[in-house]
This record gives sequence, structure tokens and C-alpha cells, in this order.
Amino acid sequence: MLLIQNITKVYPSRTGNNPTIALDDVSFTIKGKEFVSIVGKSGAGKTTLLKLLLAEEKPSKGQILFDDLDIHKIKTSQLPKLRQRIGTVFQDYKLFPSKTTYENVAYIMEAMGASEDEIQRDVSQILDIVGLTDRADNFPDELSGGEKQRAAIARALIHRPDIILADEPFGNLDPYHTFDIIRLLVKIYKLDTTVILATHDKEVINSLGKRVITLDQGKVVRDEERGRFIL
Amino acid sequence: MFISLKRIIKTGWKGFRRNIGLSLATILIMVIVICLATLLFLLNPVSKILIADIKEKVDISVYFKEDISSEYILEVESEISKIPEVKDVEYISKDQALEKFIEKHQDDPVLMESLTELGFNPFLASLNIRAWDPSQYEQVVNLLETSSFRNLIDKVDYYERKPVIEKVFSMISGLNKIGIFFSIVFAAIAVLIAFNTIRIAIYNSGEEISIMRLVGASNWFIRGPFLIQGIVIGFIAVLITLLITFGLCYGFDARIKTIASDISIYSIFISNFFFLFLIQLATGIGLGMISSYIAVRKYLKI
Repeated sequence: MLLIQNITKVYPSRTGNNPTIALDDVSFTIKGKEFVSIVGKSGAGKTTLLKLLLAEEKPSKGQILFDDLDIHKIKTSQLPKLRQRIGTVFQDYKLFPSKTTYENVAYIMEAMGASEDEIQRDVSQILDIVGLTDRADNFPDELSGGEKQRAAIARALIHRPDIILADEPFGNLDPYHTFDIIRLLVKIYKLDTTVILATHDKEVINSLGKRVITLDQGKVVRDEERGRFIL
Repeated sequence: MFISLKRIIKTGWKGFRRNIGLSLATILIMVIVICLATLLFLLNPVSKILIADIKEKVDISVYFKEDISSEYILEVESEISKIPEVKDVEYISKDQALEKFIEKHQDDPVLMESLTELGFNPFLASLNIRAWDPSQYEQVVNLLETSSFRNLIDKVDYYERKPVIEKVFSMISGLNKIGIFFSIVFAAIAVLIAFNTIRIAIYNSGEEISIMRLVGASNWFIRGPFLIQGIVIGFIAVLITLLITFGLCYGFDARIKTIASDISIYSIFISNFFFLFLIQLATGIGLGMISSYIAVRKYLKI
């Protein structure tokens, strides 16, 4: 389903010397439906990898194939179709500041042309699952960090994408909510969705018992079927 | 398709309402811009009337020799009126010339006295000739001087009036050029200000637009609401401007009439209402939409 082939990403430095190598010849494959955790220290290249998967940035070398389609060769006008198949939880949430929680979650369904009834039903349901029903009419700047994170998760799941990219989705959650969300992600994975989770939460990874890809300084140093958090 | 359009309009209207402060500020700028466009539009007929008025006042007189009978002169008149450059010809007999002089100078005892002392009518019969355009007098005079009746003519006062006519002529064309120049400069400044205001308004939403791209919204679904906001802002600005222009034209009509009696900006406003409305709509909505389109484009590249 996802083929990451010899991906290298180099960020040129603004001062002109010592460019940053964020990813260095990274290759792995995700077949069918999988739950994959990508772990590594800060700056190991997790976020860069997710940005490349979303075609937010282009690799310096290598290619990423999504169902045999090179996602960095897709025309800008065709990118929305690809991105609608991916649900993303951004590290910094990236909620729409001018929209309420309800509108934030409903947006992608609106963009995809779902009916009002469907939207109302699904959004209410997911807000209930993430515990934000009584925050539906609040704007993001009226939400706490944890609430924002849960709203971002709700937005990534609402349209039942084929792949979920979650970048540190527990950063602002208390243990109680963290395990709620993990249970949700596992449930979604069992409903035939690929989940790619980037995190440095040791406890979460060890309790999952799923595939773990470890990145260090932009390289894949470990790729284990039932991995643990080892750095 | 229909549901998307409905959503785009709804989202656009919501965006307008939620950013009401910014929307009002943009409307204000747009009102100024459309007012300027309207002013340029209204000034055009006014200046045309003024220029026509000045041109109307320029004429030349052909004086005939003392002993030429009125039949001859009337013959010459019909001859002259056949010249294509001539707009109209007016015959003024010796008696009429005297009457006019007395009428004009009856309060001047010195002139009146010298006229009585003279004992006879010193004025010559003349033809007052008006051309369509001040620049054509030279041609008309040339024609007169080579005509068959040139022997009947005592003098043509063109040469005395020539400097004045030429001055008026060059002033009019100068004014036209200055008018066009300022119209273009003002229009350009107005368009730039409106564009920049909208660009800054959308700059606030720049990050949001990029996120919309990242979660998979199509460009038109993202752009649409901003275009709707541009249209709403343009439309409201047009309505406000229309009210302002109506008020000004109505209020200042009488005052302007006391300065130039044949100019009624109110009737210019009323008779051009639909065209004016169209120009305002084109300026307001066109600027709103095009500026939004260009401003949003930058954030859609991700």
C-alpha cells in the first residue's frame, strides 16, 4: 500500500553552510492494513517523514508510492483527492482558528460533499467519542491543550480515511485520555485502517505490541514486527 | 455541486460576519475607491458641458463694407452656411449692431454722448460665424478670403481674436490631457489600495488556507468563501456609495447651478443611474473578487 523508497530530505541552511539532513536514505514498506509506530528522539526525522507522506514537502531524493502512485508527482490540483484518503493529526493541531470545534471536524466532510444529515450524525458521534460534545460551539482558542488535541484527532478520523497519520497525538493528553485515544486508534485499525503513529511516548509503544520503526538522526535503525521502545 | 455552492456561500457569509470589524474596514476603503470611480465618471459629462460652453462663446465676425445691401449679405450668409466646418451664421444688420451697442453701454454717458455727437450709425453690418470647433476658424477664414465675395468684406476680426481662440483651444486640449492623466493615476492608486486592503485581510487567514489544503479541500472549495466575502464587501460598498453620491448630487445641485446654470449633476446622476450603478458594481465586486482570488492563490501552493 505504501512504499517508501530511499527517501532523503535535506534542508538547506539559511546561512549557507551545514545543510540539515532530516532523513537519510529511508526505506520501508507498509503492506495492507497495519499499525506502525515511528519512534525516535526529537529531531530524528519523524515529523519530516509524515510531511513527506502528506506531500506537504518534496523529498530531495527517493520516492513514496501510495497504491503504486508516486505522490510527489501528483499535480497540485489532484492533491486533494490523495489527501482526502489520509487523516492527519498534526503535532501543533492545526485547527482552523476561525471555526468552531463542530465546524473544524465537519469541514472535510463538507469539502468531500457529504450530505448535511451524514455530517450531523457523524460529527456528533465522533465528538461524543472524544468527549467534546459540550465544546462543539467553542472556538479553538477557547479550548484547553488536551481539548484541542482531541478535536484534531476527531477531525482526522471523521471521514474514515485509509491512512491515519498521527504526529505526537498524546503530547497534551493526561494518561486517562491518552489510553482512550489509543483504544480509539486500535479500534480504527481493526476496522481496516492503516495507522502511522509518530511518538516518543515509551509507555504507549510498549503497551501496543505492534510494529515499531525506530529513527535516529534521519536513518532507520530498527524495524521490528512486535517492537518495543528502545533508544 | 449544488451542495458545495450552498456551503461556499454559507461559509463566505459566516466569514464576513465573524470578521465584522475587518469587513467594515474593507468596506470603508472600497467606498472611497468606488466614490473616486464615480467622481471620475460624473466629472466627464460636467467637463464636456463646460468645454462646450466655452467653445460656444468663441466666434468670429465678418464685417461688410458700408455700401453693401442686406440682400447681398444674406446671399453671402447662405453661401457661408454651406461650408461644412460652419455650425451657424447669424446676420447682424447695421441697426441691430447699433441697438446692441446702446443696450450694452447705456450706462456709460461718455460713450453715449460721443455716439450722439457723431450723428450717424458708425457700425458695419456683419455676419457672426460659429465653427464646430475652435481649431476650424483658420480654415473658415481662408475660405472667406479666397471666395468670390471677398471684395465685399471690410474686415474679419479673426486676426484680432486669433490669440484668444488659440489660447482657449490649447487650454481645452491641455485640460483634457491633465484630466486623463489624473484619472489614470487616481484609478491606479484606488485599485492598489483596495487590493492591498483585501490582501492584508486575507493574510490573516493564510495559515488556515494552507491547513485546508493539507486536510484535502479542493482549491475552489477553499477559494469560494473568500470570493463570496469579496462580493459581499463590494456589494455593500456599492450600496453605500450609491447613497452618498445620490445625497451629494441632490444636495449640491442647486449650488452648482448658481455657478454654471446649464449643469445639473442631479439630472446627470439620474439619467446615468443604471450605467453608474453598473460601473460601481463592476468596480466594487470586480475589485473584491479579483483581489481575493489573487490574495488566496499564494497560500494554495502547498
